[in-house]
Amino acid sequence: MSKKKDAAKIIFESEKDVPIMPMSLGSMLFNKTGSWRNIRPEIRTADCIRCGICWKFCPDMSILVEEELPVVDYDFCKGCGICAEECPVKCIEMAEERK
Amino acid sequence: MSQEKKMKLTLPVEEYVGSGNLACQGCGANLALRYILKALGPKTVLCIPACCWAVIDGPFPHSCMSVSIYHCAFETAASTATGVKAGLDMLGDTDMNVVSWAGDGGTLDIGIQALSGAAERNDDIIYVCYDNEAYMNTGIQRSSATPKGAWTTTTPVKFPKVESKKDIDAIMAAHRIPYQATASIAYPEDLYKKMLKAKNIKGTRFFHIFAPCPTGWKSRPEDAVKLARMAVQNCLFPLYEIEHGENLALNIKIQNKKPIDDYLKLQGRFRHLKPADIQSMQEEVDRNWNRILKKAQGC
Repeated sequence: MSKKKDAAKIIFESEKDVPIMPMSLGSMLFNKTGSWRNIRPEIRTADCIRCGICWKFCPDMSILVEEELPVVDYDFCKGCGICAEECPVKCIEMAEERK
Repeated sequence: MSQEKKMKLTLPVEEYVGSGNLACQGCGANLALRYILKALGPKTVLCIPACCWAVIDGPFPHSCMSVSIYHCAFETAASTATGVKAGLDMLGDTDMNVVSWAGDGGTLDIGIQALSGAAERNDDIIYVCYDNEAYMNTGIQRSSATPKGAWTTTTPVKFPKVESKKDIDAIMAAHRIPYQATASIAYPEDLYKKMLKAKNIKGTRFFHIFAPCPTGWKSRPEDAVKLARMAVQNCLFPLYEIEHGENLALNIKIQNKKPIDDYLKLQGRFRHLKPADIQSMQEEVDRNWNRILKKAQGC
């Protein structure tokens, strides 16, 4: 968390730049999966009971819990809706994606 | 009521699976790996054969994970982990967790001989099978983990699957391995607790994790966790742990056993089933559940 490192895509200019050992050189953070989304979760923070269930069940690590309230990372949220379905007080709504 | 500043988190905050991965919306396998890495920590090597996670991780040279990964051939998940563990032991790095992370096809069909060999030798590895009940990565083909009657591209509605799901947990119990457990993504605390327990045991440890796949099951992505919970509550996938092939302990006690109709209704792959089919499925679930209960009572 909070270690959103370099988000650049690695492109090899020539074959010489390719490492001999197949190993990972960078993270996948350049891939902004937020563009896959049709519906977006919106948290009504007034009703939130801070149970952490939305964070626990988010498959894309897109609910950030560094603050005292959960915050959605819209760069990576794929819009699956698990958070809205699992929220015990139903304070997350899936709204139409704004362009 | 006093305002609490902190969120009540039941799992550690550290993430070893990063955002930007290529999983489908509502992927159960993604959640499963997220939970087990929270338990195992950064000193982990994953051996991943061909499965969904070979793709989710990202194309070379990128990776969404902050632990080491070894992509291996389909049938060699367990033997690769054995080799990695032996190599690390030679280097003196003995506290590394070596994990095989395979899908249900790579465990129940293709990788079973390697897994059986590793279990027989009692190699010091953790083998995790995440069960999404078909070969989802290659386009939803039937595997031996597919339940009876389910639609897949190789068992279309006209020619349904007539065989039942293979009981991999009983096969592994027959190997008398030190520790094995079933887990579900709907009960992450239970999964986390079992993985912490397994981490401190030496020998082959086997996990069977139920991970719904909205794409292959033709269900809504938001129902992924709900389906996993229903499977446990309907006794379709009971959560238990076994030590040395005996002492079966149920982890989630079921108060009111519900019929499986609601679980089937949420999934498009079971849409063609007639009431008679559902009845026979229910009978099979009851039989399996009674068998588990008998084992749990030790008779």
